[in-house]
Amino acid sequence: MINIETYKEEQIDYLIVEGDVDASSSIHLDEALTKLADGDDIKAILVDGSKLDYISSAGLGVFMSYIDVFKSKDIQLIIFGLSNKVFNVFQILGLDQLLNITKDKEAAKEKLHEVQS
Amino acid sequence: MKFNLKVYCEKTRLKEIRDFVSDKLQSYTTDEVEINQLVLAVDEVCANLIIHSNACNAQESINLEVLVNDDGVTFEITDNGVEFDFSKYQEPTIEQVVREKRKGGIGLMLVNRIMDKVEFLSQKNSNKCILYKTFSRNS
Repeated sequence: MINIETYKEEQIDYLIVEGDVDASSSIHLDEALTKLADGDDIKAILVDGSKLDYISSAGLGVFMSYIDVFKSKDIQLIIFGLSNKVFNVFQILGLDQLLNITKDKEAAKEKLHEVQS
Repeated sequence: MKFNLKVYCEKTRLKEIRDFVSDKLQSYTTDEVEINQLVLAVDEVCANLIIHSNACNAQESINLEVLVNDDGVTFEITDNGVEFDFSKYQEPTIEQVVREKRKGGIGLMLVNRIMDKVEFLSQKNSNKCILYKTFSRNS
């Protein structure tokens, strides 16, 4: 089960990912990111992972496949709010070093200011 | 203890597999991160078998056996699909995966990092993947 919601706040696009992102459901995360990336005037996407219960390689692969796309479009991607067990999955392959991951929404916004200034 | 689960080759069954593994490990380790890693390793192998070896054919099934004691856990996953030749598997680098924007290919990397031992055996029409891990509190 996966549930994805989006909203915009102070020029920032937020993506709330809830539930499990696995081989069966990762397509929905992929579609949501594609839709955002194709939108006009997107500067930053902050992914709220506080309700994300599980992520497998299929979900990691989706985030990894957008690293260069977002870089070329100058879109900042920051993931925040991950539980210890979900954050650990990013750490196993060192993806916590490749992707911007912060503790919570406030830290994500600070990080965004840092990289944009 | 030994537990067994048979599931049909549909991607939507992965959740059932994860819940089963998580449930059976609860009495042996309370480390949430460790349980999630073991669940992940089984999920990755089963996803590969369902998608690649059995082409999501719901007429086919995979069998998961969990052998667990206080020291560690062995997962034996059996199927009758296309054999996976582990000896020919070449692990990509993370840079390759990012550059080529491939959304697959890192599942086995995770399995190799998580488990102490990973084996793929094939005999006639039957394939078996054996995963072993000692619980961290004992190592």
